[in-house]
Amino acid sequence: MRHLMSPLDFTTEELDRLFDLANDIERTPGKYAHSCDGRILATCFYEPSTRTRLSFESAMTRLGGQVIGFSDAASSSASKGESVSDTIRIISCYADICAMRHPKEGAPMVAAEKSEIPVINAGDGGHQHPTQTLTDLLTIRSLKGRLDHFTIGLCGDLKFGRTVHSLINALVRYEGIRFVFISPEELRVPDYITDMLKEKQIPYEEVIRLENVMPDLDFLYMTRVQKERFFNEEDYIRLKDFYILDTAKMALARKDMLVLHPLPRVNEISVEVDDDPRAAYFRQARYGVYVRMALILTLLNII
Amino acid sequence: MLNVGKIEEGFVLDHIKAGKSLDIYEHLQLDKLDCTVAIIKNARSDKMGKKDILKVECDIDMLDLDVLAYIDHNITVNVIKNGEIVEKKELILPRQIKNVIKCRNPRCITSIEQELPHIFCLADAEREVYRCKYCEEKYTESAKHR
Repeated sequence: MRHLMSPLDFTTEELDRLFDLANDIERTPGKYAHSCDGRILATCFYEPSTRTRLSFESAMTRLGGQVIGFSDAASSSASKGESVSDTIRIISCYADICAMRHPKEGAPMVAAEKSEIPVINAGDGGHQHPTQTLTDLLTIRSLKGRLDHFTIGLCGDLKFGRTVHSLINALVRYEGIRFVFISPEELRVPDYITDMLKEKQIPYEEVIRLENVMPDLDFLYMTRVQKERFFNEEDYIRLKDFYILDTAKMALARKDMLVLHPLPRVNEISVEVDDDPRAAYFRQARYGVYVRMALILTLLNII
Repeated sequence: MLNVGKIEEGFVLDHIKAGKSLDIYEHLQLDKLDCTVAIIKNARSDKMGKKDILKVECDIDMLDLDVLAYIDHNITVNVIKNGEIVEKKELILPRQIKNVIKCRNPRCITSIEQELPHIFCLADAEREVYRCKYCEEKYTESAKHR
């Protein structure tokens, strides 16, 4: 039995098979509409997360399966003090597969150790969010046909953004990747990431202004710069517009550059960009369902 | 100079950093063994100036010495049989250590679920980096020798 705790749990060959399956689901959804008939997914969400939970529920429902679960700790037995280990033992009796989100780091791994059904980490604090990374990779591969030889810009909060760290760790396994990190000084990518890139001799550069590098990028991965991350309001006001993507900045980019965002967006991408064919973030959300469908089928050994 | 007699079978842990023998006594859970243990503190040493020594008279299969390498890989482990040194064990960093150090990450699941073991995995043998199995937080060198 397999679980998914980190995006690196799968080899690149296994990811290729997963993404092939996701693309087949995208092309011929009818073929998979009853693949999970009689199967149950438990969504154990100890903290609210509308999009991830609904994406899992949509995935299982589109496969013909059923969904049970809870959407915050208050409505679960955790509020009575039940441990994650005990909860998963019970859930194992009720469902065939479980997607777990928990505010504490490592909670899904604790569950996986005691579980009799596959457990998918649906986000554990600031630690891992593997299905978001799989979504990002599937989006890139589907829209460009490959996962190698790209210059990818990552913009915004690169210090605390777990989706950014996970994506970097996943992409370094492919050849010819070059990173451009665009962030204010306060939110630079952590040293352990740049140390790892140096060790693997993967090229990267760090810049402060987005417009300076727009023409170089094959992909731009946007994240939100939160006001509370800055030491003072003056810096925030001075820098915040550098990290807002608008039509003027898009005019500097290549015709085939694509913009990704894990969502939700607040104001870091102007709504005027939504109509640009290079804005791929809503398509990305759709790929999130396909990749979760493929993941459920793979972990349940249905394919 | 104080004299402590030879042991027939067991271990002599030599070159322990002065003052660390009681930590090792605790980590090896020697208090739970019904055998003779000699703790020698601040013995004179040409190499170290001062050192601690532990002599444990027990069956040589009774002790898990993996943890020693984590605490201090400079410790010399002499295996004694019939009153003679039969082997000098080389200490190799253990791949995993359980309930020796505690994860200090307040965001880790071990911070709220008290019954969980504190398991650390060797992430980088060269730099002696251990990370929590659950949250992957690094256990820092300064915390290790605190």
